[in-house]
Amino acid sequence: MTHTNQERTSSTSLVNRVFNIIAAFRLGPFLALLVAGAFFYIQNERFILPLNISLILQQTSWIAALAIGQTLVILTGGIDLSNGLVMALGTVIMTTMAVENGVNPFISIGMGFGVTMAFGLLNGLLITRLKLPPFIVTLGTLNIAFALTRLVATTTIGNLPDIQTIFGERISLFGTTFTYGAIVVFPLYILMWFVLRETAFGRHVYAIGDDREAARLMGIPVNRILIQVYVLAGFFYAVGGWLLIGRIGSGDPNAGQTANLDSITAVVIGGTSLFGGRGNILGTLVGALIVGVFINGLQITGVDPLFQRLITGILVIVAVTMDQLSQRIRK
Amino acid sequence: MASLGVETIVAAIQGGVVPTGYTDTGVALITANPVDGVDSEGVGYGYENCWGDQNPEVLAMAMELEGAAAGMMSVEEMAAAIADLGEEVIVGLITKTETNPFFVKMREGAQAAADALGITLLTASGQFDTDNASQVTAIENMVAAGVQGILLVPADSSAIVPTIEWAREQGVIVIALDTPTNPEDASNALFATDNFQAGVLIGEYARAAMENPDAAVIALLGLPPGITVNELRQGGFLEGYGIDMESDQIVCVQDTQGDQTLGQTAMENCLVANPEINLVYTINEPAAFGAYTAIENADVADDVMIVSVDGGCSGVEGVVDGRIAATSQQYPLRMASLGVETLARFVITGEAPTGYTDTGVTLITANPVDGVDSEDADFGVANCWG
Repeated sequence: MTHTNQERTSSTSLVNRVFNIIAAFRLGPFLALLVAGAFFYIQNERFILPLNISLILQQTSWIAALAIGQTLVILTGGIDLSNGLVMALGTVIMTTMAVENGVNPFISIGMGFGVTMAFGLLNGLLITRLKLPPFIVTLGTLNIAFALTRLVATTTIGNLPDIQTIFGERISLFGTTFTYGAIVVFPLYILMWFVLRETAFGRHVYAIGDDREAARLMGIPVNRILIQVYVLAGFFYAVGGWLLIGRIGSGDPNAGQTANLDSITAVVIGGTSLFGGRGNILGTLVGALIVGVFINGLQITGVDPLFQRLITGILVIVAVTMDQLSQRIRK
Repeated sequence: MASLGVETIVAAIQGGVVPTGYTDTGVALITANPVDGVDSEGVGYGYENCWGDQNPEVLAMAMELEGAAAGMMSVEEMAAAIADLGEEVIVGLITKTETNPFFVKMREGAQAAADALGITLLTASGQFDTDNASQVTAIENMVAAGVQGILLVPADSSAIVPTIEWAREQGVIVIALDTPTNPEDASNALFATDNFQAGVLIGEYARAAMENPDAAVIALLGLPPGITVNELRQGGFLEGYGIDMESDQIVCVQDTQGDQTLGQTAMENCLVANPEINLVYTINEPAAFGAYTAIENADVADDVMIVSVDGGCSGVEGVVDGRIAATSQQYPLRMASLGVETLARFVITGEAPTGYTDTGVTLITANPVDGVDSEDADFGVANCWG
């Protein structure tokens, strides 16, 4: 037995060492992004144009903002199915209040934030006070948000005041133009990376996701932290909604219908465990970019639309498999 | 008169028979409200045989009016006949979703017709566009509720067929609206837009309006392969434009799911690969608006023509402000009101409807071109849904 084990260890030691380095620095998602980028560049050299890089960032930004909230929730061992439709509700509140009800456009945006954070509070209260599973709670609030959105608006709301579409404004960089929306998610990610790493709140989030009972015994106010996480997630859903308004130039009640799964995909590809307690929020950003790069790359290389979905599906499974393998090797 | 005259002269030359006397070339009484004892024809017959320029819209309306008068019955007379039946007449309307303005308009049309006829309308819908299971449940529940007929917008043309067959075995008439069942004769009748014709109109328009149509570089922003409505509209567009899918002019084909955000992303990516695109077919107006935002951001809005299909009110706004060059407008309200009236006539006369009825489509554009019939944006706004 011992002999066989040793033999296996030595024959796979090189692979092991490479895996160890990748796993230790959590480089898997980042490497995948580079490989994907290189692949699409070979397929169509226009992929690497600054214009196209700018487009990928614009296309990814609002999902990436939603994925910040989703990462926080998943790190606690929860999941949020409601985020895309809560975001849609936020966008129609922001825009209808300003355009149809004559509310100051900036206050309208504040109202949108208020609504998405209220949904976060509702999710948090139901999960902590009534001890309901997050999956079921957010499935319920998903439908509530959908219906409320339709009660507010059924068609897109245009002719928006400038302040509402500010994230669609552009600045020139690297010989092309970037929207503010494409850029603003980066400092947000760095901020949350810092918060999760350096603050008591951040360490509590990981502790709760790792083992809720142990966290409680250590004196961590589990329920309060969980509620804060869902409210904070709601804040980032409104950010995502505001970015989307800037991107498409209108409030769209049809927006965000698949954003819950898209944001979960970004989190999972980014290496965060769906069981909670383990993961890095910067990985989520890379995960969102990987999805964006694949959609963009497959479209500009002219791949059949059905295969675009097929490949995205395979991508998720490969990402989770890689993560599990690197976990096992580290142990 | 003239044809008869020419034929007579030809006959005279050939046979040496000189025409004499008076020949009656016929006269018919045309009315929408026929009375006993006086022979007459309906307005559809009248308009079909009239002289002067014909307006196809008016012809469609006239044929519809005549259809309603068949069996000598106006809406008021049908309402009276239904009141005389002494039993409740119930019909059902099942749409794909409750939220799409197209189906909202359909429900308005059905409700208005039901109110005018004094019959009860039940409504139901799926949760999303391809929600077959909810439609199966809805048909079962409506048959259980005792409906005499069902108007159905099939979410899945094939999967719903066994349920329709079951409903028909229970004596219920099923009319498909907007989307045919597969096979088409699984339902008693189909009232729908001719989506292929809708595509042909924007294709012909684009060919006439483009400065150099044979050099146009084309993007197709549609739905996934195999979705009937896109195959028809896109196929019609290509036919009207005079090319096919193999044409080198088509450089980008994308799935937008009919969604504005996805339409924008698709158009942005198409432009990266092919910045010279200058003609865009879109499956509907939300996709068209997404495409417009993309070309506007790329500073090529003035060089690119976008054509679309649907004619929803927000879509027609795009024609007014120039984002969409032309759109083919369809008429969901007419589909539903015609459907309810047809079911009512079935209850009164026992005549089951059959076959396909085209509910009409009109090209709406602010910049008409020679050789392609169109209406202006005012007409589009007056007749839009949503």
